Amino acid sequence: MIEVNHISKQFDGKQVLQDITTRFIRGKNNLIIGQSGSGKTVLLKCIIGLYIIDEGDILFEGKSLMEMDPASRKNLRKEFGTLFQGGALFSSLTVEENVMFPLTMNTAMDREEKLERVNFCLKRVRLENANKLYPSQLSGGMTKRVAIARAISLNPKYLFCDEPNSGLDPSTANVIDKLINEITEEYQITTIVNTHDMNSVMEIGDQVAFIYQGQLWWEGSRNDILQSSNKELNDFVFATELTKKLKHKSA
Amino acid sequence: MKVFSQLGEYLLFLRQVFTRPDKFRIFHQQAVKEVESIGLESLWIVSIISIFMGAVATIQMAFNIDTPLIPKYTIGFATRQTIILEFSPTMISLILAGKVGSKIASEIGTMRVTEQIDAMEIMGVNPANYLILPKIAAAVFINPVLIIISIVLALMGGWIVGTATSLVTSTDYILGLRSWYQSYDVFYALIKTVVFAFLITSISGFYGYITRGGAEDVGKASTKAVVQSSIFIILFNLILTQLLLND
Ligand SMILES: Nc1ncnc2c1ncn2[C@@H]1O[C@H](COP(=O)(O)OP(=O)(O)O)[C@@H](O)[C@H]1O
Ligand SMILES: [Mg+2]
Repeated sequence: MIEVNHISKQFDGKQVLQDITTRFIRGKNNLIIGQSGSGKTVLLKCIIGLYIIDEGDILFEGKSLMEMDPASRKNLRKEFGTLFQGGALFSSLTVEENVMFPLTMNTAMDREEKLERVNFCLKRVRLENANKLYPSQLSGGMTKRVAIARAISLNPKYLFCDEPNSGLDPSTANVIDKLINEITEEYQITTIVNTHDMNSVMEIGDQVAFIYQGQLWWEGSRNDILQSSNKELNDFVFATELTKKLKHKSA
Repeated sequence: MKVFSQLGEYLLFLRQVFTRPDKFRIFHQQAVKEVESIGLESLWIVSIISIFMGAVATIQMAFNIDTPLIPKYTIGFATRQTIILEFSPTMISLILAGKVGSKIASEIGTMRVTEQIDAMEIMGVNPANYLILPKIAAAVFINPVLIIISIVLALMGGWIVGTATSLVTSTDYILGLRSWYQSYDVFYALIKTVVFAFLITSISGFYGYITRGGAEDVGKASTKAVVQSSIFIILFNLILTQLLLND
């Protein structure tokens, strides 16, 4: 479990996150939703420690991130798997080398053990025979799969995904969502997914936090969303004709 | 004010760069790769420019020393001095600032805006050290080699054109090359080269590393990298010349 307590973050005097308190549950898909620019990425990067928060604290299984010494922080990071928005695959490395990278940098495995683990992870994301390809040769969906394979290579306890299906067609997006869902349940990972895609919310939103202008505006499950009377949430969720119709039906 | 805060940022960046690599074997591999991409890929342009500049330098010397009072071998001597003291170390470094500097800044900048650097950091790697130190090490090692090659080729270019156009005889030119030779001059050239190599790679790496935004910002970072490295090369050229030749 990850607990976020009253965190705030500003950049050059601009308040991007304001007093956010929430928690993310183990074995569940915890979604952070909100408009573009609402602060989802910044929140995620604060949690993984890429940005240092101005106020508040973040607890991993009750242990405070702010009070950790650099060595414990480094160890904590080994339990993170992160899927960045564009995949963030290393462009100069092949698929195989990409997935192997965290193993090389963080374990004492020999080459064969690493290769075995790499192939296992690639198989897990159903991507075989792509080992020797470079990121520039991959489609959007394949890129995300490799990024997931790389994120799970160290058997993470926590999985962070920033807009995992941005830039994908709806059916590929769905495949990626399901994959994240499967992995989360199978390995009982605490997963946090940033998204502005309502399909994902309905598909995998075990727990949903809605961020509005840097504040936590609403929290609940995907089923609560349709019934909510929160105006900003409704404006966000029912922005399209399709979702409006959905609301009429459910009402 | 902005100048000082950026200088501070640059120094902090260097402190991150100059830490002990976690995996020395990987550092070594990376550095070898960089020697290839920084050094060998520049060999062609360095060679062409050197040959032509040596030729031009010789012709100009010959035209300017067109009096019987000054012996012909002075042409070879003067060409050699210009090439060793200034042309090869400074001008070739400026050209490398353009070629290598823009390449490093755009490579690192692209990695930054596509979050590859964030990804690396999350994997427990110090990206500044992992990405930049091998480049600095490679350039500091290979640029002096390039400069020596440049000196040799420039002097050959001068010889070819000088003798082909009968501006100077081969004997005179070679006599000139061998007159009043001081190995300190080559030492001075190499010291300059090493400092310039450090400036090019660290400044370009820095501008790439602090890039924010998108593709357009990578372009801007790359331009800034070239301009700033060139300015600092010129500045340090003056400082080092003052320090090393002013006795
Ligand atoms: N490194 C940064 N420096 C300054 N401002 C930033 C930085 N990162 C994000 N921001 C600003 O924070 C706000 C929230 O951005 P972000 O978290 O990326 O939104 P999103 O919800 O789309 O992921 C934006 O206004 C953005 O401009
Ligand atoms: Mg975002």
